Amino acid sequence: MSTILVIEQILNGLQFGVMLFLMAAGLTLIFGVMGLINLAHGSLYMVGAFAAAAVAGATGSFLLGLIAALAAAALAGALVELVVIRRIYNAPHLDQVLATFALILIFSEGTRWIFGSFPLFLDIPKALSGPVTLPGGIQYPLYRLTLIGIGLLIAIGLWALIERTRLGIQIRAGENDREMIAALGVDISKLYTFVFALGAALAGLAGALVGAIQSVQVGMGEPVLILAFVVIVIGGIGSIRGAFIGALLVGLTDTLGGVFLPEFFKLFMETGAAQKTGSALASMGIYVLMGLVLIWRPTGLFGARA
Amino acid sequence: MRLSEPLVNTIVLAGLLAVPLYALVVDEPFTITLATRAAILALAAVGLNILLGIGGLVSFGHAVFFGIGGYAMGILAFHAQTYTTLDLAVFTTEGTKSMPVIWLVAMGLSAAIAFLIGLLSLRTSGVYFIMITLAFGQMFFYFAISWAQYGGEDGLSIYVRNGFPGLNTLVPIQFFGICFTILCITLFLKARLQASSFGLALNAARQTPARVETVGLNPTRLKLLAFVISGAITGLAGALFADLNRFVSPTMFSWQLSGELIVLIIIGGVGRLMGPVIGACIFVALEHFLGGLTEFWHVYLGIILLCIVLFGRGGVIGLLTGKVGAHV
Repeated sequence: MSTILVIEQILNGLQFGVMLFLMAAGLTLIFGVMGLINLAHGSLYMVGAFAAAAVAGATGSFLLGLIAALAAAALAGALVELVVIRRIYNAPHLDQVLATFALILIFSEGTRWIFGSFPLFLDIPKALSGPVTLPGGIQYPLYRLTLIGIGLLIAIGLWALIERTRLGIQIRAGENDREMIAALGVDISKLYTFVFALGAALAGLAGALVGAIQSVQVGMGEPVLILAFVVIVIGGIGSIRGAFIGALLVGLTDTLGGVFLPEFFKLFMETGAAQKTGSALASMGIYVLMGLVLIWRPTGLFGARA
Repeated sequence: MRLSEPLVNTIVLAGLLAVPLYALVVDEPFTITLATRAAILALAAVGLNILLGIGGLVSFGHAVFFGIGGYAMGILAFHAQTYTTLDLAVFTTEGTKSMPVIWLVAMGLSAAIAFLIGLLSLRTSGVYFIMITLAFGQMFFYFAISWAQYGGEDGLSIYVRNGFPGLNTLVPIQFFGICFTILCITLFLKARLQASSFGLALNAARQTPARVETVGLNPTRLKLLAFVISGAITGLAGALFADLNRFVSPTMFSWQLSGELIVLIIIGGVGRLMGPVIGACIFVALEHFLGGLTEFWHVYLGIILLCIVLFGRGGVIGLLTGKVGAHV
């Protein structure tokens, strides 16, 4: 157990965390502004990954793939908002869960219909492949490092958008009192479509970026969706800052737990049993974390409302 | 056409009984299996409906109890079929192939876990509650995957269906009889529960918790009890489902299953006694017929669901009886 390994795993955890943040930010914005629980967010992640894989495969350009992912996910998001979501803003949560569950079925099977059941592959662009040497002699994949950078940049961008622009003021006002902001002359339905498409684009981007290190396949969105839920429950629903902190916590807990818990149990158990117990506990680690946070603060770290 | 709800209820149960009996006459054992599947899924959803319909709590993690029931059956039967002992920290025991024992264990374990999950989840409400129950479901799912002793990701196969005194459970119609009887008993008890003072208080806790508190009842405690009862019923259904397939795997814990249980209730009608039953029959029929037509039947299921949510409030029973709301 060397320091190099520890730092490597922390970086892996950070990379996982910032990608979760891209998903969680959209979810929490959509919930905060429109009061909507969107299970289909994972499908938008998948749409982004498939669009990137298809376009990058056809043109050979990863950048074009990313642009396609953003466009496809934003478009799918806007379309879904206009056709379905718009009708269920004021519906009970149960209806929202069902309608978006139905959307998952449609998206997943529809994608399987178009692309087949076999996973697609999205290659890491040449310029970003291979390792870089960090200070201290640590070799780390450049692509993963880039992901951390992109994630942090987007976090800052989102913060600036929400806190420093006119649009951000409208979004925050929409969270507080949607009737009042409508009365003040803001076209609330356009704002909603925009926020939904923005969240969708972030999810699609995350899907495309992660798609290059994992395989692109139907059903890839749901595990991430559930982790993103854990993130926003920990961070407090509606809070971008909470989503960021929550995402890093979950990313680090998941990654570090998987590596270090088995090692920890080896200290006082025989190797085979320690491996089993450790990995079983590690897979439950983030849910334990969530449970602890909720006992301490039932509305999450930065959540104001129940 | 407007039918009274008791009439619809009778027709549904009679239909669920008639199909396998007809299948027995024309010798189509697979149809009996489908009906058994519908009865078991209905039972699981009846459990969830106590929480969802009366208590208004959307649990998106009820597959936990379905899975616990399944694994209770799987583990007990696994030790019985391999003649190994089950080591439970405090004492060791033999496995068993006896259904009644397995059912009791499944219900007891599910109730205990439901108590713990409920204790934590009921600290929250609304969307938090939905997400937390979902997260607990995933926790159990991943635990089952990493539980190598009992098959991990591949699950456990049980070669011979467990026994019930006096019956040959390997005969499809006899096993259907067991499941159908349990479903009817549970429905009867659920109707009694809903009309009992506990049921009324739970109903009131959903509508106006403040008033319930004012008359001296504790809404959280009512909901916790509902959660435990609900979990135990779904756990029993899980044990039966595992016995139907003679197989348990982590998919019994999957979040899709939790979603499908909710879907069953919505198709039938929320809070209705027979909502889950009619929903389960329609779901299994859709799965069978649409699944036979196209591999991608989930697309159609999704579209049907969307239409129910957007246009058809009250589900099938609401449509037949002409009443949208289940509650007076």
